[in-house]
Amino acid sequence: MTIAVSILPEHQLAALNAVYRKAVARKRLRLLAGLALFVVALIVASIGADVRLRTFFSSFGNFVSYFDRILTLESGQRVWTNVGEWFWGWHKWLKLLGETLLISYVGTLIGAVFAFVLNFFAAENTSPAAWLRFTVRRLLEFARTVPGIVFALIFVIAFGLGPMAGVLAIAIHSTGALGKQFSEIVENVDMKPVEGIRSTGASWMSCMRFAIVPQVSASYVSYALLRFEVNVREASVMGLVGAGGIGQEFVVAIRNFYYSDVSAILVTIIVTVFIIDITTGWLRARLFGEEART
Amino acid sequence: MSKAPDINTAEIRARYPDVFDRPASARLATPLMLVAALAIFVFGLVDLDFSPARLISGLGQLGWISMMMIPPDPGSSLPLYLKALGETLSIALLGTTLAALFALPVSLLAARNVVPNIVRFPIRRFLDSIRGVDTLIWALVWINVVGLGPFAGVLAIMVSDFGAFGKLFSEAIEGADQKQVEGIRASGGSALHEIRFGLMPQVLPVIAGQVLYFIESNTRSATIIGIVGAGGIGLQLAEQIRVLEWQKVSFLVLMILVAVAAIDFISGKLRFAIIGRRAVA
Repeated sequence: MTIAVSILPEHQLAALNAVYRKAVARKRLRLLAGLALFVVALIVASIGADVRLRTFFSSFGNFVSYFDRILTLESGQRVWTNVGEWFWGWHKWLKLLGETLLISYVGTLIGAVFAFVLNFFAAENTSPAAWLRFTVRRLLEFARTVPGIVFALIFVIAFGLGPMAGVLAIAIHSTGALGKQFSEIVENVDMKPVEGIRSTGASWMSCMRFAIVPQVSASYVSYALLRFEVNVREASVMGLVGAGGIGQEFVVAIRNFYYSDVSAILVTIIVTVFIIDITTGWLRARLFGEEART
Repeated sequence: MSKAPDINTAEIRARYPDVFDRPASARLATPLMLVAALAIFVFGLVDLDFSPARLISGLGQLGWISMMMIPPDPGSSLPLYLKALGETLSIALLGTTLAALFALPVSLLAARNVVPNIVRFPIRRFLDSIRGVDTLIWALVWINVVGLGPFAGVLAIMVSDFGAFGKLFSEAIEGADQKQVEGIRASGGSALHEIRFGLMPQVLPVIAGQVLYFIESNTRSATIIGIVGAGGIGLQLAEQIRVLEWQKVSFLVLMILVAVAAIDFISGKLRFAIIGRRAVA
């Protein structure tokens, strides 16, 4: 079966084609101008960041051979031929890994409690006063914009070397991040229960407790678990500035060129992060599943 | 006024046993979980050497430090700091762009609708392991390879974002509409044509939005990696903290906050210009 396609007469077609070409040409020009601007920015940036292509190519070889070296034992064998030798320090490392997990757990919990207390003041629909909302929001913003490791650097000086500085740094950063997420959840709740409770003459406190919290608690737990996951990664580097955990051991290994230790600790960290990701994912699925059933 | 209806509590109880007499296991689950969480918390406090005395003396110190920070003052090193800030922004821009360039082809190999599972699975795991390692650790590795300086920072951001982009891009590709790909196939296009004309026009705006978002968040990461010696403003910050020049420290922190806010603003505008008013997935 053939279908006749009608073709417009030549002069009409020419006019339409011209308009089409013009429209496309304008779009293309804008795209090209944007790209050119981007390339210029890249060139300026590479001068600023001291990038030399020669170094890049020669260093890429170094990068590959670095991995070759960290996968070789002192005796010259590949690491996986002698796992006992590779993970010779597993006892010490596991202990530090446990410390890392504890740092992130305690830090997340403290942060979540503070975020829980503060978020009702930061949310648009529950904040009792505008000035209070403004202050709390700026505080939370500050806590989450300054990187955790900068807090850790300062806390190490104030509280002394050790995991306590790491915990407090993670707690502050989590307060900022969770406070924002929590208040966004509160802003999305159904306000009818609040009106119902307020109409009985209840105080602000009771409104929060009986109208808002039941609606949001499951999401809060879910976000806190997600934050815990992120914080495990964060805690693994707290040791780089002396704030406890496995990072301490890692920085020693890397600075002293204990090659096989570097890979062993990296593998331990990666495996731990995997396990935590999977566990919290499973936990969150279960919590939400339960919530859906009731 | 109408009379309240008679309520036969016993009958309702009998009809809904699940509501009125929940089994002990269900009633105890939440408190038990809370107690367990609290127990781990207390154990953590003890194990990590928390003590009220240390907390109080530390808070005192912290108060003293914050007093010393006011007013923020760069001293005579303002030009140096501005240069360092420029370096940080360069690191973020270059690292993110390079990561996106390398990640795009790899993300195709990690998308369910482009390659079979046997290829996708190992690539996914590979990307996962890259993401499992923090940017700071990559920075330490690269410093060992190319020496101290901003170049190590660029490479560190590149590697750690490569993992993140690989995952995000491949998810964007998996979320693309298959009908356009089928259309290309029906008109006789090869696999590469399908990707170029079926997938790319759909995913490029999403990818552009994500890259912009990462440039923004990498300004923060680029500050951090300076702390271990990979150039930029973090290097200055760590140095000033070590020599206890608190006025300079607070000035540097303010500079970082302002720079991050400015980049947020600009990239927000750009994002909307590129992808329209749609949300960035």
